Amino acid sequence: MSRVKSNEVLLQVQGLKKHFGKLEVLNGIDIDIHKGEVVAVIGPSGSGKSTFIRCLNRLEEPTDGKIIFEGQQINTKKTNIDLIRRKIGMVFQNFNLFRNMTILQNITASPINVKHMPKEEAEELALRLLDRVGLKDKAQEYPVRLSGGQQQRVAIARALAMEPDILLFDEPTSALDPEMVGEVLNVMKELAEEGMTMIVVTHEMGFAREVSDRVIFIDKGIIQEENEPEEFFTNPKNERLREFLNKVL
Amino acid sequence: MDLFSFSKMVELFGKYHEHFLGGAYMALILSLITVFCGTILGTLAALGKMSRFKPLKWIVSAYIEIFRSTPLMVQVMIIYFGAAACGLKINVPFMKDFNSFFWGLLVLILNSSAYIAEIIRSGINAVDHGQVEAARSLGMSHALTLKMVVLPQALRNILPALMNEFVAIIKETSIVSLVGITELMFSAKDVISISYRTLEPYVITAILYFIMVFPLSKLVGYLERRLNASVTR
Repeated sequence: MSRVKSNEVLLQVQGLKKHFGKLEVLNGIDIDIHKGEVVAVIGPSGSGKSTFIRCLNRLEEPTDGKIIFEGQQINTKKTNIDLIRRKIGMVFQNFNLFRNMTILQNITASPINVKHMPKEEAEELALRLLDRVGLKDKAQEYPVRLSGGQQQRVAIARALAMEPDILLFDEPTSALDPEMVGEVLNVMKELAEEGMTMIVVTHEMGFAREVSDRVIFIDKGIIQEENEPEEFFTNPKNERLREFLNKVL
Repeated sequence: MDLFSFSKMVELFGKYHEHFLGGAYMALILSLITVFCGTILGTLAALGKMSRFKPLKWIVSAYIEIFRSTPLMVQVMIIYFGAAACGLKINVPFMKDFNSFFWGLLVLILNSSAYIAEIIRSGINAVDHGQVEAARSLGMSHALTLKMVVLPQALRNILPALMNEFVAIIKETSIVSLVGITELMFSAKDVISISYRTLEPYVITAILYFIMVFPLSKLVGYLERRLNASVTR
């Protein structure tokens, strides 16, 4: 990508471990994410990549290690995680739009109730964001009336409404019908071009190769390989990565 | 003398309709108070059962299981005669038979609270956990998530079941006639002892219960369809 990458580190992960009982899912992950960077995370299912991204905003509580966001360690008892999460947006595999709210309410709920933004201002912002993802005419609909691709674009707009410094994507296109994958990836590509910092767990190798600045391969709970996309896909060094790429490409 | 005569039934209702209607009225009053208090107590019990404070959770679970696993009739008997054995008597001036009314109503409330607690708990548990995660990821606190996302969606699951419980309670009030509350079933027995007719008063009673319950259960079905059609899939 031609974007200028900053050297400022936004998010640091140090020695991250996550165990579910005896099951060791993450076994020590270290990575620095720079401002404006797009990092694609790939790996076989059960490799721990979803757990990894869910630890970053503490939807999963790390067993060990440090998560440092904007210079502050956020996995301590003292951290008010609700405050941190305003700055870390997340987009889920299953969209998770609030079923009891209209599209507009989905987007304004958090700005109004968490950031105490005036209602008119929040609605204006929401309509602007909806326009950007091409769904302004759906503002008054309920989520159930939208297709999967539309719901996921709303979910992205909802995350953006909090004006986050980083966006986490947990397999954002995995639950979509194939013909809807493109519309969601296009929105994500635009965001990347505008300089949004993004971590994307994905199975879309095309997206990882085209849009990301760096690709990491997680398997058995550790980062097995990490490189810029061209080198990553054309010249993989790790044996497991080569096997994986052979299967998916 | 024939077993059942339609004209006799009409005649009995004409003669004792105040008796029957008074009983039906009492049944409705009992049901309304039961559902109202049962909803409040049931909500508290549901929260208690979901509490992270273990002793509270155990006590509430025991209460719910005991009341759901024994017949209402047995509960009425034990509490009414238990209270009498303990010398507990609640009397209110100008209200005849308030004591039996009080204990009968108390058992109805305790019994339906146990069922309502389970209705509310499963309604809350049925809300997709992804909804909670999305809310939390947007910076909402636990309390705000409950208020904005979980409870409104839970209500949609709870409301029809709660109405069904109300319908069931109307019928169940017939049991407290055992301890002398003058509700519909009690009135029927009264008329039987005056008129020496058995079947007709019971059929009248059945018809009156049906008139109270049938429209209500149809209404529940209608509400259920409305709720399902609008928002949730």
